[in-house]
Amino acid sequence: MATITREDVLKLAQLSRLGLNDEEVEEFSKELTEILKYVEQLGSVDIEGLEPTSQVTGLTNVTRKDEVKNYGYEPLDLLKNVPAVENNQIKVKRMIG
Amino acid sequence: MPNEVWLPISEIAAKVNAGELKASDLVEKSLSLIEQKKEYQAVIATTAERAKKRASEIDARIIQGQNAGRLAGVPFIAKDNFLVFGAETTAASNILKGFTAPYQATAINRLEAEGAICVAKANLDAFAHGSSTENSDFFTTKNPHDPTRVPGGSSGGSAAAVALEIVPFALGTDTGGSIRLPASFSGTVGYKPTYGLVSRSGVVAMASSTDVIGPLTRTVEDTAVVLDVMAGKDELDSTTVERNENGYVDARIKINQTKFGVIKEYMGDGLDSGVKTQIEQAIEKIKATGAEVVEVSLPSLPLALAVYYIICPAEVSSNLSRYDGQRFGYTKPGAKDLNDSYLGSRESGFGKEAKRRVMIGTYVLSSGYYDAYYKKAQTVRTKLIHEFKEAFEKVDFLLGPTAPEVAFKIGENTDDPLKMYLADIMTVAVNLAGVPAISIPAGLAQDMPVGLQLIAPQHADRALLGISQAVEEVL
Repeated sequence: MATITREDVLKLAQLSRLGLNDEEVEEFSKELTEILKYVEQLGSVDIEGLEPTSQVTGLTNVTRKDEVKNYGYEPLDLLKNVPAVENNQIKVKRMIG
Repeated sequence: MPNEVWLPISEIAAKVNAGELKASDLVEKSLSLIEQKKEYQAVIATTAERAKKRASEIDARIIQGQNAGRLAGVPFIAKDNFLVFGAETTAASNILKGFTAPYQATAINRLEAEGAICVAKANLDAFAHGSSTENSDFFTTKNPHDPTRVPGGSSGGSAAAVALEIVPFALGTDTGGSIRLPASFSGTVGYKPTYGLVSRSGVVAMASSTDVIGPLTRTVEDTAVVLDVMAGKDELDSTTVERNENGYVDARIKINQTKFGVIKEYMGDGLDSGVKTQIEQAIEKIKATGAEVVEVSLPSLPLALAVYYIICPAEVSSNLSRYDGQRFGYTKPGAKDLNDSYLGSRESGFGKEAKRRVMIGTYVLSSGYYDAYYKKAQTVRTKLIHEFKEAFEKVDFLLGPTAPEVAFKIGENTDDPLKMYLADIMTVAVNLAGVPAISIPAGLAQDMPVGLQLIAPQHADRALLGISQAVEEVL
């Protein structure tokens, strides 16, 4: 039975880019362990001969024509919610160097 | 159940198109009701100016002799995870506070094309993570039957708005029961369509393999009218399926020629005795029509919640990765570098339940754990799908309670995430299988509403609506 330790929580938080404080790390360690304990009952289920289901529609290769369509929206309006814009581009912090 | 405050939806539209009712008056009426009932906190914000403008346009077209659509002038409320163009869309999360939708959901487009008018955005559990609406980052909605109790969730605001008769219909989403559960707790009709029947384009994604959108209404007839407008393929959502060529209205089926299966696993321990009595009484009323009612077993149903709470967080962790503070939503001020910006924006912007689900999801998808958790869950999901198919070879529809209990008190389950998850125990299997289901009011237990759940095979939405109208009449 898996336990989610403080270290596990810190690792998961880093992977999912969540900046947790110490109190949260403690709390989540307990809660996540409890939730995992519940879902682990699947471990003993027999799935012989069965395939995983990733989608229930059965649809495959749904495509559309590669052509530009006008839906009545202004492309530059999409920038209205962006926190930092320069020359109609989304500005982010330096990533390299 | 007769509408005292609102006529049936198709009658409202007919009267508006005939010039007997004005869209502007109907919008004023619903806005005034929102104000009158504000203690229940069903609504996050109104879209009053936008609604009044649309109503004037519709009234002007009617005067010119035009028809304004099948939903002409009908006011509605959309759960705040639906993008409505030009309106704030928050998903009840701090991370989207102040976010103004730069485009809108296909479902909203279709409703507006038929003359319906969105007057407000309803409260929900943030990102639809929850069963009580207590996970809203803003405030909790109160159950219209008892304000000390929850309305259910995550579409609690939508259910409350309809139960309070603020509007004739509201939109919700159902990923693990989030339309049906609040419908059951609040005493309204809540409809979960077949997965893929209604486009999810423009709706904030939660778990993409189970998310559906659907209506909450006072009657089954109203639900059919609204679904008929929304349903069908959308090129903006490649998971959408064809609609029924006969549509979804006027679908009544003879109840005495129908075979129902009561789900054994939903009628055992864990079901509140008051709720059980109401469900058994509903079953007797159905039997009295001459319909055949048998017991059916789907032995893997007790595993469904565990399957769901692996698959759902996994897909949530993926869908919530877009909230990174760089392109929209809350951004941490003064971040020193990109990583600091990600960590800080998501730390402050997300509530506790969102963080829990993102971390569980990250865990079950991570290298070394993926096979044991996520892949295993997706395979047990296949088992459930087979069991539903086998059940539908024996009966036309499945029956059972929507929830194991009536609405619980505000604060009762908030300390225990797992206990909160157990409210979904009778709803999640339906989402995993992608089949349609409905909750209709079936009396009271401890003075609170009880919901009867009917489930149909995949793509049998027309039949489900048809039989539900017949069942609604005998209850």
